[in-house]
Amino acid sequence: MQIYLPIAEISVNAFYLLLMGGGVGYLSGLLGVGGGFLMTPLLMFIGIPPAVAVGTQANQLIGASVAGVMVHWRRRNVDVRMALVMLCGSSLGTVMGVGLFALMKRLGHIDLLISLSYFVLLGTLGSLMMWEALRSLLRSRKGRPSRNRLHHAAWVRALPLKMRFPKSLLYISALLPAGIGFVIGLLVAVMGVGGGFLLVPAMIYLLGMPASVVAGTSLLQVIFTTAIAAWLQAAINQTVDGLLALLLMAGGVIGAQLGTRAAGALRGEHARMLLAILILGVALKLGLDLVLPPHDPYSIETLERPS
Amino acid sequence: MRGLRPLMLAGLAALGLSASGPAGAQALIADLTEHLIAISTGFTGTSVVLFGTTEGKGDVVVTVQGPPQDTVVRRKEQAGGIWLNRGEVTFNDVPSYYAVAASAPLEQLMSERSLARNGIGIDNLRFAVPPSDSKPSREEVANFHDALVRKRQQLGLYPERGGTVRFVGDRLFRTTIYFPANVPTGLYQVQVYLISDGEIVNAETTPLSVGKTGMGAEISEFAHYHALIYATLAVIGSVIAGWVATLPFRKV
Repeated sequence: MQIYLPIAEISVNAFYLLLMGGGVGYLSGLLGVGGGFLMTPLLMFIGIPPAVAVGTQANQLIGASVAGVMVHWRRRNVDVRMALVMLCGSSLGTVMGVGLFALMKRLGHIDLLISLSYFVLLGTLGSLMMWEALRSLLRSRKGRPSRNRLHHAAWVRALPLKMRFPKSLLYISALLPAGIGFVIGLLVAVMGVGGGFLLVPAMIYLLGMPASVVAGTSLLQVIFTTAIAAWLQAAINQTVDGLLALLLMAGGVIGAQLGTRAAGALRGEHARMLLAILILGVALKLGLDLVLPPHDPYSIETLERPS
Repeated sequence: MRGLRPLMLAGLAALGLSASGPAGAQALIADLTEHLIAISTGFTGTSVVLFGTTEGKGDVVVTVQGPPQDTVVRRKEQAGGIWLNRGEVTFNDVPSYYAVAASAPLEQLMSERSLARNGIGIDNLRFAVPPSDSKPSREEVANFHDALVRKRQQLGLYPERGGTVRFVGDRLFRTTIYFPANVPTGLYQVQVYLISDGEIVNAETTPLSVGKTGMGAEISEFAHYHALIYATLAVIGSVIAGWVATLPFRKV
């Protein structure tokens, strides 16, 4: 069924949108990532203008994340205290990231910067996760329990403002999650995604949170980052297509429900391995796009006329 | 006298003062079946019929131009093993849509020169390049120009195959103009030229408006004029939608 999207100004098949929303939603429920880094390229692929794709997916991710958090909430898998502390850092980071974005745009080559930072970040992250997941998988094969807790370096333990996070069974400095939040907020603003795919590994590897609370806590965090991003996009650039968001959400929330349910049956190592494969795949695609000769070196962009 | 008249009218046509030629000119009347294309939620493209009548012999050429836009064309080049945007040219007043229909192949109707002079045909579109610091060579601009036309053709906005104007008898003609689903909104100009002996002897312009209607139009207007409220509603809407969506799964 063809449907005309009022802001994107293009007519697309509504069925594709539902399917895309469902697929990405499933992954987001399963792995605790928002899926923005998958959705934006998909939307552009079916012909949605890039600006509208970025703005709308931020809006759609709010809904998908709310749905995901609700499910995790009922299973008491959300560390609210941790999410709030991280939020302090990430809100500051997002605001500063918006400024950084504007600065880079003035200097030119913002596209290249985004592609390169994605590639480096995703490539490193994906390889590390893959390595770790494989190792712990091998270890558990041999029957030894996998080590969950990280041993923080001495300087990390010496940080002030120690806080108890009973849900995560952690007693660490509040500066650590807030700092991670800040860096991720910065990246979120520059890359225009929710940041779940960065948060999940950061929570597992840097904070040493138990895998069970990671997905829910990360989704709670993503609600706020995407809400800030979507609001700014809609208010300043008018690039949020309500109808498109609604259709993606309809597919997304159902997918997220199924994904969250499936997550219960999935072992931690497997989930991490899947996420690693996904991240490595996107990094590989980005890397190839940078290095291989493009299909058509020319691209066009219509300028907005000041009316 | 007979030799003079076409010349004079060609001049008039070029100036765009042609809605109805002076007394004694070869009459040309044309109109569209609709002057408004309404883009509703289920819009998948549409066609509009242009019909008209001529007095005396001649061929008819129809051009359709969408609202002009400024467009940047960028080119990726390899540097240090990485492909990045190195060159760019901005073109002003590029028609967002351009289509031609004719009662015979264009090159049989008019000389290459007069087609170019009147800007008829995709190959004869000329876009203005504003002065800039990095002065690209003429050849370079031509490369970017061709890329722009090619991109638009890929989007179906500059249909490659010209349409056909059919004559019913000697004087009545009609043609169908097709607009794809991604047609840009705005005011279009439909030009009808009457051509005789290789010259434009009369021309007529008729406007065509492409606009959104119904729910789509309301959403887009609201998003534009009440951006802050729209943004807030969009965020609240997603939160509610996300919450509502979990309700059916509650008991499980």
